[in-house]
Amino acid sequence: MNATVNANQHTQHTVVAWLEDKPGVLNRVVGLFRRRNFNIESLTVGHSETPGISRLTFVVNGDDHMVDQAIKQLYKLVNVTKVENITDKPAIKREMALVRVGVDGSTRSDVMQIVDIYRARIVDVSMDSVVVQAVGRQEQIDSLLDLLSNYRILEMVRTGVVAMTRGQAGRNGNGKIKRRAAL
Amino acid sequence: MKLTGAQIVWESMLREQVEVVFGMPGGANLPIYDALSQYPQFHHVLVRHEQGAAHMADGYARVSGKVGVCLVTSGPAATNLVTGLATAMMDSVPMVAITGQVPTSLLGNDAFQETDVTGVTQPVTKHNYLVTDVRELAQVMKEAFHIARTGRPGPVLIDICKDVQNDSTDFVYPEEVKLAGFRPWRGIDEGALEQAATLIEQAQRPLIIAGHGVQMAHATQELRQFAEKAEIPVTMTLLGLGDIPETHPLSLGMCGMHGEAHANLAIQECDLLIAVGMRFDDRVTGKLDEFAPNARIIHLEMDEAEVGKNVQPDVALIADAKESLQALLARVQAKRHQQWLKQISDWRNESEARDILRAEVDELIPPYVMRQLWHTTGGDAIIVTDVGQHQMWEAQYYLHQHPRQLLTSGGLGTMGYALPAAVGAQMAAPDTPVWVVAGDGGFQMTLQEMATVMQENLPIKIVIINNGFLGMVRQWQQLFYGKRYTGTPMFSPDFVQLAAAYGMAGRTVKQKQEVNDALQQAAEHPGPFLLEFQVKEEVNVYPMVAPGAAVGELLRRPTIVQGPSGVNPAW
Repeated sequence: MNATVNANQHTQHTVVAWLEDKPGVLNRVVGLFRRRNFNIESLTVGHSETPGISRLTFVVNGDDHMVDQAIKQLYKLVNVTKVENITDKPAIKREMALVRVGVDGSTRSDVMQIVDIYRARIVDVSMDSVVVQAVGRQEQIDSLLDLLSNYRILEMVRTGVVAMTRGQAGRNGNGKIKRRAAL
Repeated sequence: MKLTGAQIVWESMLREQVEVVFGMPGGANLPIYDALSQYPQFHHVLVRHEQGAAHMADGYARVSGKVGVCLVTSGPAATNLVTGLATAMMDSVPMVAITGQVPTSLLGNDAFQETDVTGVTQPVTKHNYLVTDVRELAQVMKEAFHIARTGRPGPVLIDICKDVQNDSTDFVYPEEVKLAGFRPWRGIDEGALEQAATLIEQAQRPLIIAGHGVQMAHATQELRQFAEKAEIPVTMTLLGLGDIPETHPLSLGMCGMHGEAHANLAIQECDLLIAVGMRFDDRVTGKLDEFAPNARIIHLEMDEAEVGKNVQPDVALIADAKESLQALLARVQAKRHQQWLKQISDWRNESEARDILRAEVDELIPPYVMRQLWHTTGGDAIIVTDVGQHQMWEAQYYLHQHPRQLLTSGGLGTMGYALPAAVGAQMAAPDTPVWVVAGDGGFQMTLQEMATVMQENLPIKIVIINNGFLGMVRQWQQLFYGKRYTGTPMFSPDFVQLAAAYGMAGRTVKQKQEVNDALQQAAEHPGPFLLEFQVKEEVNVYPMVAPGAAVGELLRRPTIVQGPSGVNPAW
């Protein structure tokens, strides 16, 4: 989901930030979002390729001005080493979902078929339910969940988006962008 | 060299050229206090409430330009600092606050006097630290002072567990700091500089709004040279007062909610606005959509997050005000704007015709006291104001000449700031007269620091403008809440007797005729002196931009109509 370039239009922006892996740093970031009234859609954090540096991906809803502010304010945190707005860059954006769907003899095969079409996997099976693992773009997950909602969704969890720019437009952001076929 | 954590705190502060520490001992910082006995180089000021320690460190920093330091214990002492940290954060004051914390073994255990201090103070500090290992302490001290004073200044808090204060380690003070994520400012873009110079060259009606950043960057000389060379009038924010002398022909005084009409009209009519070291606070801009509608805007600002936050500039120079003003000064041509200055001067004449001081009022009114204070002190005193009507009258009627001459809580609007901040100010400038100007409301919030003034034998002069109300709130109630004065009428003690109880001399003034004599008496008195002015109660601060209105839509000072007794009924 790409943001339009129009200011004042509420859209989703995807931003990546690199943080020092120290106690309380995530709290500083989340506290900043809360007190500056930024509307965060999703936020994920984990290790990066550099020991001691965590990588955070967040999706924020708002106009360009708000995202610009969020990035500048993040930069002011002493433990944040770099922030990059990748909304308008070619990037791989993925999230994962685990869904427990209630099934019986008559619905199990339907569910399995849907899972197959979405290139998701069944990772757990019991007499009355299956657990579906799906990895993909946000809208693919949305669409899968939409279909599965016709059955009984007993439990669901989504990780939120993680993202990485394509080709050379990685961390330094100054390399030539080589377009590759979408995976 | 093996030192305890407590010793490392003091050794580090020696290397940071700290001379004065404002604080109060308690259970969780006792090792640090015990070690102080080995360091007679430091002067310790004992406060009566920890909020006072934070404001004192703030006042000390604002006057000296150095990092102010306060030192308190855990729990309630640390939470008492919060207002002072928030005040310093909003006004970009360099401070280091050191708090004791329960031992690491008890962290998170709801131990006696335990508070999550780094959690509580996170939104009101530039950065903060919890130190759980003595081997980190020297590095943390070094970083804290560096962060506090570098770039846009601000308060940094260090929370040190009690066992860390007692533990020992080899002490090596780091030579430099390496903070991957700390970027003070970006630097001037050559293209932006070129663009700015062109805009200035083309402008017919240029105006400078100068803020606190000019003083913090020691750039008042550069500002004045720039304004004179390009002949651009200068209006100032509350914290910018003193950026250029208010008696300078190009000075328009303060702008904003209680700014002079000619300054606000100049903002609305100018075709180029050059904002220097200011952040377009809502008290300056009024209604944002209608702020400076005819102007291109150049923003000289060090903190990039302030650029475009409230007002989107056409050009921004992201740098220290000194650096950017020097760069502009070299680029701009000498120019004259006589027609524009004539227009402003016409507006100014109208402002002056309405000035309350021109009405021959017999009653004791605060603007008169402020103007006489200016005369008495020769315009050279350090004035520390509290928050409210008196603060605005001081800003309007004391004509500030120097940077770092007016100390006031501009961003947070902290009532109770003045007296403790004055203690810090006087410690930083022992030979300069320091005057507190406070209202009856705010003074009662921190008056316990009179004891600190006496213990330190500081010759601070205190002016209390007593109007029997929380005056500014009452003014809003009068103008916007149908004159329903709920919660604003206020009983006060006999302030002069109260001062006497502390051993401080004082005098009550009820008549206009006594004002000069009383101010003179206080100024000549060798020690501290308290003056209580019992002023006319329901006087309003004008001009005023109503909240949410455009800055050009002012409630003007009423035109002067002399009543039969010489009293203007409008006042």
